[in-house]
Amino acid sequence: MRAQFVFSEIGVGLRRNLTMTFAVIVSVALSLALFGASWLMGKQVDTMKGYWYDKVNVSIFFCNEVDAETSPNCEKGAVTAEQKKEIQDDLKALDVVESVQYESSEQAYKHYKEQFGDSPLASSLTPDQMQESFRVKLTDPERYEVITSAFAERPGVQEVQDQRNVLESLFNLLNGMTYAAIGVMALMLVVAIMLIVNTVRVSAFSRRRETGIMRLVGASSVYIQLPFIVEAAVAGLIGASFAAVLLVGGKHFLIDNWLADKILLINFIGWDEVIRVLPLVVAIGLLMPGIAAFFALRKYLKV
Amino acid sequence: MIRFDNVTKLYPKQNRPALQDVSLEIERGEFVFLVGSSGSGKSTFLRLILREERTTHGQVHVLGKDLARLSNWKVPHMRRQLGTVFQDFRLLPNKTVAENVAFALEVIGKPRGQIRKTVPEVLDLVGLSGKGERMPGELSGGEQQRVAVARAFVNRPMLLIADEPTGNLDPQTSVGIMKLLDRINRTGTTVIMATHDQQIVDQMRRRVIELELGRLVRDQSRGVYGYQH
Repeated sequence: MRAQFVFSEIGVGLRRNLTMTFAVIVSVALSLALFGASWLMGKQVDTMKGYWYDKVNVSIFFCNEVDAETSPNCEKGAVTAEQKKEIQDDLKALDVVESVQYESSEQAYKHYKEQFGDSPLASSLTPDQMQESFRVKLTDPERYEVITSAFAERPGVQEVQDQRNVLESLFNLLNGMTYAAIGVMALMLVVAIMLIVNTVRVSAFSRRRETGIMRLVGASSVYIQLPFIVEAAVAGLIGASFAAVLLVGGKHFLIDNWLADKILLINFIGWDEVIRVLPLVVAIGLLMPGIAAFFALRKYLKV
Repeated sequence: MIRFDNVTKLYPKQNRPALQDVSLEIERGEFVFLVGSSGSGKSTFLRLILREERTTHGQVHVLGKDLARLSNWKVPHMRRQLGTVFQDFRLLPNKTVAENVAFALEVIGKPRGQIRKTVPEVLDLVGLSGKGERMPGELSGGEQQRVAVARAFVNRPMLLIADEPTGNLDPQTSVGIMKLLDRINRTGTTVIMATHDQQIVDQMRRRVIELELGRLVRDQSRGVYGYQH
């Protein structure tokens, strides 16, 4: 009896405020889609960090014959075997260093060829123009300064380069986009909440006759308020399912079918992350309007 | 049944209290007329009983409970033991007569079987048998008020509060409503009725409580509407 009564009230209420309900659904859908997207973007940055930070390291480039003429760090001429040995020993003595790999100029030349193939610049290069280097992997990538300060001024060292710096700017860009999405989401959320409050107010006003009688005959406040709250929650749930569809569609069409084909260097987030965020989206879509309606009713519906 | 102890009600931003130092007692089964000109405090008196308002000073006891100490969530339960009828009927225009009466039972969670049984009974009692499927708009004012009385009485309340129930009705129809209220009173239900209808009060010869500018000026058993004024 009770449930049937409440449900019939909800249906009537939702239809009566069709335009408002629609506005609530759209704003909830957009804010939740943005919420999910920024969440997934954050996860994407984490994934990329994990993937790339494993692969990058700090490189110590040594002076070669060419550098001796051009680079101010290499005024004393090309690096000698003793200098290299000394640096390698010192590196191995450091705690932060996990492993050291030597790359000869021959290997560097080969890698360069592999990466850039037959470009005009590549074909004009010769192996002895390439620099020898140590590729240093750190236990804690954040502490690359230790290497820089210890070895940048050593004789025979041309430059200490942290490859993370290159990635860092990319991640900063992605993080910036995430924050922008969160900002827009917060704005949309405020809009959604204001719409819900207003919808509840209109709804309470148009049903003041019923609620007045309910109050007089002794209906409990839960019984009077529940239809309004469930009404808002149902609208929110519909909005949340639209948001879920947008997220799943975004993952399928945007990432799997488009970006993943275009950009091979990046490994993208998997479905597990998407599936993990969906219950959160639905829960927020259900609870946020319900709670907003509850507080709106305290103001607009006398019980 | 109802006891007012030195009740004063002061609304915010008003200098004169709506009720001032009112003390009285109404026993179970009584029929009480509440009279007084507009603004004398009749409505406030009734609203205090329904706990739509709280007193500024003094206590109101209804059905043995101190309303000041009654927590908000218990108020609906208290109201289920009261029935209310108003001048403007307060029916739902998009529900049939039977649905209007059933509504009062539905919203307090009564089982469907009981509703099906009780509604025709109470419509019978108020003299509307066979009109359950009509819409309120199709009925006369007197009949609509009977629906309202049926809805107020369907819970078999201990106390029926009527705020000018005949205010919108012609004298003949009013007599019909009064007979109905009298019959309800005879079943043991206490009736408190605020009214301006001199004829009815004089005819019925019941207890009369008169308020004037918020003060209790007369409390008379088997009274009349007013002295010569």
